[in-house]
Amino acid sequence: MKHFKAMITVTLRKSILDVQGKTVEHALHSTNFTSIEHVRIGKYVELFVHADSSEQAMSIVDDACKSIIANPIMEDHHIELQEVSVGEAA
Amino acid sequence: MKFGIVVFPGSNCDHDAWYATSHNAGAEAQMLWHKDTSIPADIDCVILPGGFSYGDYLRCGAIARVSPIMSAVRDHAQKGKFVLGICNGFQILTESGLLPGVLLRNTSLSFICKDIYLRTEQILSPFTNALEQGQILRVPIAHGEGNYFADEETIHILEQEQRIAFRYCDANGIASAESNPNGSINNIAGILNDKGNVLGMMPHPERCCDPLLGNSDGLGVFTSLMQTVGIV
Repeated sequence: MKHFKAMITVTLRKSILDVQGKTVEHALHSTNFTSIEHVRIGKYVELFVHADSSEQAMSIVDDACKSIIANPIMEDHHIELQEVSVGEAA
Repeated sequence: MKFGIVVFPGSNCDHDAWYATSHNAGAEAQMLWHKDTSIPADIDCVILPGGFSYGDYLRCGAIARVSPIMSAVRDHAQKGKFVLGICNGFQILTESGLLPGVLLRNTSLSFICKDIYLRTEQILSPFTNALEQGQILRVPIAHGEGNYFADEETIHILEQEQRIAFRYCDANGIASAESNPNGSINNIAGILNDKGNVLGMMPHPERCCDPLLGNSDGLGVFTSLMQTVGIV
């Protein structure tokens, strides 16, 4: 059994106007960060999962994202997986 | 006619719903605990009340959706019995897939707590049959995430099947961008499921049922149900 750390970012789907992102973008522009664009605000979820392989871990975390962690109607999720030692996962 | 009002950790309109249905509308009402796994057979309508269930953690309604009582609520709806989700209750209904779409953050990014006007769009439903077509109601809203969104196809179906129960409007019944408090597509304030036995709405009819408070425009939602079921 291997242990993995999953780092998940959840953001509003591209087709949905991210009002918060837009507001932050305006704030950046008004403070002279004029080269910054397309700001999107999301959330970060970190969790540990044990599985036989990284493929299996990815599949478990992806299912969790689709069923609870993100709402596919309005959100996209992105998962990064990293194998860790048992100690790190504890 | 008996209402069952689900109490989640963080519900705060549960008592108002109980008061409106029992004292103001004159029906029977009882509280149901979120850990219950069944709904008493004599309950005609389950109310998922407003509030901040589970502190709105993750997303509004996302955790309440997996509460033990929710599978019983789903069964209750499947039997054709009634489910009314108000505010956070509407969010729970969309999260659990009992109603389509989602409720996004208000476009203003602010929590909005004020009276708004609603235009009654569908009076053939069990929740609105005591109202008149186009009847304008003054009802309070109190939410930060009430911006109804669904993909184009879903909106098309909702409109086509006349499943929009209420739309935000002004005092004269005009639904426009100006009278839209939160950015909801097509000024949608409340929708019905395909069978018409589940209603979700962001405004709070239970907060305006007592004439002593100066407004009883919300009472019609509850008396409609009582008319549907039969008062006893």
